[in-house]
Amino acid sequence: MTTAPAPSKEPTVTVPDTSTEVQLLVEPSSLAPRRRMAQSLLRSRELSILAVLLLVIAAATIKNPSFLLSSSGWRDLLLTPSMLILLAVGQAAVIITRNVDLSVGSVLGLTAYLTGRLFIDHPGIPVVVVFAAGLLVGAVLGLVNGLLVALGRVPALVITLGTLYIYRGLVLSWAGSSRINASDLPAGFLALGTQQILTIPVLFLIAVVVLSAVGYYLYTARSGREFYAIGSDPDAAVLYGLNVRRRVIGAFLLSGALAGLAGVVFAARYGSVSSDAGTGIELQAVAAAVIGGVAIFGGSGTVWGAAIGAVLLVTINRALPMLGIPDFWQQALVGALILSAIVLDRVLSARQSRRLVEARDQS
Amino acid sequence: MTPISRRSAVLGVAALSVSLALTGCTKAATGATPSGSGSGGAAAKLSVVFIPKNLGNPYFDTSDAGGKKAVESLGGTYSEVGPQQASPDGQVQYINTAAQQHVSALVVSANDPKAIGDALNQARKGGTKVVTFDSDTDPQYRDLFINQASPEGLAKVEVDGITKQIGDSGEIAILSASANATNQNAWIDLMKKDLAANHPNVKLVDVVYGNDDDQTSFDKTAALLQTHPNLKGIISPTTVGIAAAGRYLSTSDKKGKVALTGLGTPNQMREYVKNGTVKEFYLWNPADLGALAAYAADALVKGTITGKEGDTFTAGSLGSFKVGANQTVLLGDPFAFNAGNIDQFKF
Repeated sequence: MTTAPAPSKEPTVTVPDTSTEVQLLVEPSSLAPRRRMAQSLLRSRELSILAVLLLVIAAATIKNPSFLLSSSGWRDLLLTPSMLILLAVGQAAVIITRNVDLSVGSVLGLTAYLTGRLFIDHPGIPVVVVFAAGLLVGAVLGLVNGLLVALGRVPALVITLGTLYIYRGLVLSWAGSSRINASDLPAGFLALGTQQILTIPVLFLIAVVVLSAVGYYLYTARSGREFYAIGSDPDAAVLYGLNVRRRVIGAFLLSGALAGLAGVVFAARYGSVSSDAGTGIELQAVAAAVIGGVAIFGGSGTVWGAAIGAVLLVTINRALPMLGIPDFWQQALVGALILSAIVLDRVLSARQSRRLVEARDQS
Repeated sequence: MTPISRRSAVLGVAALSVSLALTGCTKAATGATPSGSGSGGAAAKLSVVFIPKNLGNPYFDTSDAGGKKAVESLGGTYSEVGPQQASPDGQVQYINTAAQQHVSALVVSANDPKAIGDALNQARKGGTKVVTFDSDTDPQYRDLFINQASPEGLAKVEVDGITKQIGDSGEIAILSASANATNQNAWIDLMKKDLAANHPNVKLVDVVYGNDDDQTSFDKTAALLQTHPNLKGIISPTTVGIAAAGRYLSTSDKKGKVALTGLGTPNQMREYVKNGTVKEFYLWNPADLGALAAYAADALVKGTITGKEGDTFTAGSLGSFKVGANQTVLLGDPFAFNAGNIDQFKF
């Protein structure tokens, strides 16, 4: 009797009761999470821009191996776009809320000159303090933009066009015709402009850290998702009870602070600063964001895309002369990139709305 | 004319007269020189307006400072206005304003040989003498051109410098200012001829334009070194360009391998001469150039010279000068700056 196994009771398989099934307009994906992720990655705008970028790098490297494979080539590939990445990340955050910040070039000029002045007027000032000062001044200027846009209820295009000139005027009256020369800046700070850790330039690392932090925030944080909600439909966001003002001010503050940081980076990289430093770079920042898949009417896109757009923009400008394409066509090609990004946006959003309409009609 | 546009016209006239009155006031306030600004009425008291290519350019800061000193030593009033960026038509508004104020002379470095011509002729019709310096307009738009150095002399000194440094063979490139800058293009043409005639083994592979902007010039230098891996030398006949190229080269692995020379100022180049990136670069003394332009303007205003070939005038301590062909006055030979002498210069 000892060997007799206990008679196992036949288990009754309990099927979950699904009698009250909910019909959804759009079904949640039934695919495994990993496969879903792979699919959305493959369809993403970021990946297609990255593919174009890799294509450009490959073409330039085939033509001239030192573009990627020499130590200077590798360094410049990462270093040159660092400044524009910072601006594009800030710009993307602002554009996602259906606004735009045109004042970033002037903010950059102001903090670049400030950086030089701090080193001249306070010899021995720690580099960290200068970075903090750049961030802080940029944040204050961005806050002014944000307050004017959010409280004044005037389109950001107009407000920041105004502050573009006002901030540039500040630099001009402050700097006048004086300029910062490389010999005015301490060697340690100038070395930052080219310093590398494991062949990765420090300035690029700064840009990547900022990019990751902002990207993570916008992707996961509740307040970050609200940026998208506001950009998709500002009125609905207000009705839903989101604190639209606060988020918009936050976006401009971020953009200003990053432009301020970019100003310090400018000084470290280029070593000389005149009163027109950064003139026109705001348009490159907007272009980078648009090329990177940030919809100009807000509500979609990622800072990752904007950053890749920035790298693409800078790298194309460096690669095209090497491929023997004259100056004029380089500009035209950048224009064509922007236009095709916008056309792609329209096509994708038209297809999306068609799909939603079909789904509604079928149900 | 509709009522609205008439009203706005009246407003415009009112605004204009107010602004003229205001500028008149400030002029009276600044014209507190001992030589009695009120006396003499219409009799010419020297007032000279310097219009550089752009503000914030240390080269023009130095030249205009020399001009200021000369104007003041002549008992005149000096002022400097100009655009922020060296664009072809950016100077027109400043020329027009100066013409409306009936200043006695304009000293201009032209961003474009033609774009500012009409404005200059308008000013000359009103009795203002026009002296160009550093970069000329077409001759029919000015009374006199003060040439910093003969284009031939400058092109030659830069070509000689670079060919000597690279051993008279290999690839070189030029980093210029804007594609339509008169003086740059004249020098580049001469350099090409000199290279073809006297340096058959040196090949000019590229001319790129940095628009006298730090960032653009810097990035163009990087692109130049990437595009032409065998490059042995760069000539940059512009102060902003050579400093940006020096900054890039000194941080790149081509430092010491690619020679750099051109026209620069000692303050901007000190760092790169001392760290060995640059052996030698050239320039005239910009302060002397500005001063000579001021003395020439004075001579034109006083009527000592009319600007025709063969006229002579004295320019303070600079000595005596003779007007050459095309109403041009030549300052002298360019000067070579190197590690041995750069610390004697502070501009």
